[in-house]
Amino acid sequence: MGKLTFKGGVHPYEGKELSKNRQIEKYLPKGEMVYPLSQHIGAPSAACVNKGDRVLVGQKIAEANGFVSVPLHASVSGVVKGIEKRLTATGGMADSIIIENDQQYEEVEFHGADLSALSREDIISRIREGGVVGMGGAGFPTHVKLSPKEPDKIEYVLVNGAECEPYLTSDYRRMLEEPEKVVAGLEVILKLFDHAKGYICIEDNKPDCIEKMKKLIKDHPRMEVKELMTKYPQGGERTLIYAATGREINSSMLPADAGCVVDNIDTVVAVYKAVILGRPVMSRIVTVTGDAIAEPRNFTVLTGTNMEELIDAAGGLKNNTAKVISGGPMMGFAMYDLHVPCVKTTSAFLCLEHDAVSESKKHATACINCGRCVSICPGRVLPARLATLAERGDMAGFEKMNGMECCECGCCSYICPAKRPLTQSIKSMRKMVLASRKKK
Amino acid sequence: MEQKYNVSSNPHVRDAMTTSRIMQLVVIALLPATLFGIWNFGFRALLVVAVTVLSSVMFEWIYDKLMHKPNTITDFSAVVTGLLLALNMPPQIPLWMPVLGSAFAIIVVKQLFGGLGQNFMNPALAGRCFLMISFAGKMTDFAVSDGFRGAVDTVTGATPLAALKVQGFIEGTSVPVKNLFFGNIQGTIGETSALAILIGAVILLAFKVIDLKIPLTYIGSFTVFVIIYMLCTGMGFNGNYLLSHLFGGGLMLGAWFMATDYVTTPITFKGQLVYGCCLGVVTAVFRLFGGSAEGVSYAIIFCNLLVPLIEKATYPVAFGKGGKKS
Repeated sequence: MGKLTFKGGVHPYEGKELSKNRQIEKYLPKGEMVYPLSQHIGAPSAACVNKGDRVLVGQKIAEANGFVSVPLHASVSGVVKGIEKRLTATGGMADSIIIENDQQYEEVEFHGADLSALSREDIISRIREGGVVGMGGAGFPTHVKLSPKEPDKIEYVLVNGAECEPYLTSDYRRMLEEPEKVVAGLEVILKLFDHAKGYICIEDNKPDCIEKMKKLIKDHPRMEVKELMTKYPQGGERTLIYAATGREINSSMLPADAGCVVDNIDTVVAVYKAVILGRPVMSRIVTVTGDAIAEPRNFTVLTGTNMEELIDAAGGLKNNTAKVISGGPMMGFAMYDLHVPCVKTTSAFLCLEHDAVSESKKHATACINCGRCVSICPGRVLPARLATLAERGDMAGFEKMNGMECCECGCCSYICPAKRPLTQSIKSMRKMVLASRKKK
Repeated sequence: MEQKYNVSSNPHVRDAMTTSRIMQLVVIALLPATLFGIWNFGFRALLVVAVTVLSSVMFEWIYDKLMHKPNTITDFSAVVTGLLLALNMPPQIPLWMPVLGSAFAIIVVKQLFGGLGQNFMNPALAGRCFLMISFAGKMTDFAVSDGFRGAVDTVTGATPLAALKVQGFIEGTSVPVKNLFFGNIQGTIGETSALAILIGAVILLAFKVIDLKIPLTYIGSFTVFVIIYMLCTGMGFNGNYLLSHLFGGGLMLGAWFMATDYVTTPITFKGQLVYGCCLGVVTAVFRLFGGSAEGVSYAIIFCNLLVPLIEKATYPVAFGKGGKKS
């Protein structure tokens, strides 16, 4: 079978060998737990516990606040210490519920269900009540994604196991160790869309996962494994849809417009847990890795766990750590302080001894028009030109030259020999355009 | 709060390629042609190369100094400009001329238009054409010289291409195509050996400094045009005539090293194809119908001027914008 892919993209150093052979270990937190009320795109959840309340594992501590919002659940049992502003991985302060872990892990009763007995509405409401969001990083509420206007027009459910971000191995370990949960989750989603086929999309740098999945789904007539070429950003929503189905969507379209629904591996597992087991999102797999980490690991982490604890559990940081990133090197957030909680969208903590960005600054020159950014741009725009327009503040020109079609994947900044901050300039301009559109 | 770690907006990794590395690779790729030129034309050629490169770097440094700008000679772009200009000089040229050419290339064409990345035409070629227009005699004087390897086989004082223009290809009289390919002929320092230039081109391709789009469309469209010309003028298809055109002048150096200059080529995929085709046709027209035997330099700087237009006309369709929905 030919390898599926898209036009453009880059091949950064993968770094997956640091952690890929590490089995998933369960990490139990020691200190206080911090639950930011906004772990998703949309309205922040509204706290429904008060200071001094005792909560159990799986108890709802915040309600969804509107349609595009999800509830939040405690991952430990203990007493609510307060609701206050805390630092998050993206660098801002956010309202968070603080719980003192009593180490009892006393659970509420979870109500499992039989898939065949559930209606479409039941499934959606169980996903919503389970607090399921896109766990690949975006954090878009999954029940919204799974409620398109015309569910019958959905032809493909794509499970995103590309994991194209360098260093990350959480999806890899999940597919290797618990592939049956992925399949069970996909079964649930397929039940929502009668005319859809389920594609599990995996990059060809994970042949063991591909083989395992293929074996597992061979009796499912509606499921298929799609082998993708290893390339960043293969796992981006638009590039993935294109690679798997040959359909293109632009910035003003949703995957549903191309008859597709895309969900990350961990999200699909969360759907399975929420719908079949009745267990809300309380944990996820986090890769703690990088050359500045003594012993890179893959952990099952309870949401709310302090990141510093995780890093210590992975042998701690080396002394000359230059950069700590929440997420992967291409899309992640650099952090100045490690005292932040893991949330539903935390896929990795990457600790590096060298900061390529500050080191590259001494090689910075003017643009030499080499066209590398153009040839690798998956959005097929001209990053060099857009960045110049953005630096000039030319909003009209930026929009006219398809600036809004940029998917902010970061390939142009990565490849630029003049070390221009192309993605960064374009990103700021896109924010300004979106803000001005909102005003109108 | 104490800042412990570096913070920046994503992405946090960078490719190893830098501007100065690209320029260094171009210099390395030009070395076979340069060394061959020195072997072919002797010590004098070495002197011309040294003077041109040094003066180019010096003018860049002086300009930065006078304008209180950060020093840009470490990006190696001035070295590339100087070397390309040198390779376009006849070996016997008086040394003050390449210095003047460097000054024009670096100060007028490059720096006054905004420095690296802003020049609207190839500085080295602009420098050459400037000298060509001002001092046509000296620039086209290819007097027989002694190379390190002995006397040069040549039609006295004229390049093979000039001879070709006057008399066509005559078996036995004209310079054999083999010599044109290997380069033991007259011409400017760097253009004579197609072989040495192609070795350099392979280096550029191997390190992905350039791709085949522009050179192939350039050489391809030129070839097609010359074939059509041969057939239409009743000369009939003459392989030697065609090969003399391909290897006999500045076409190889131009197509692989100067038409591919990043700054003065379109950035779009289709634009580069269009640009290459324009170059081929314009070069052929200049050579076959123009006053002088050579056409590559003028063709390239002429097409440089078309670049903004070509780019505008070949603006790519964004991902997902091609379908029926918009």
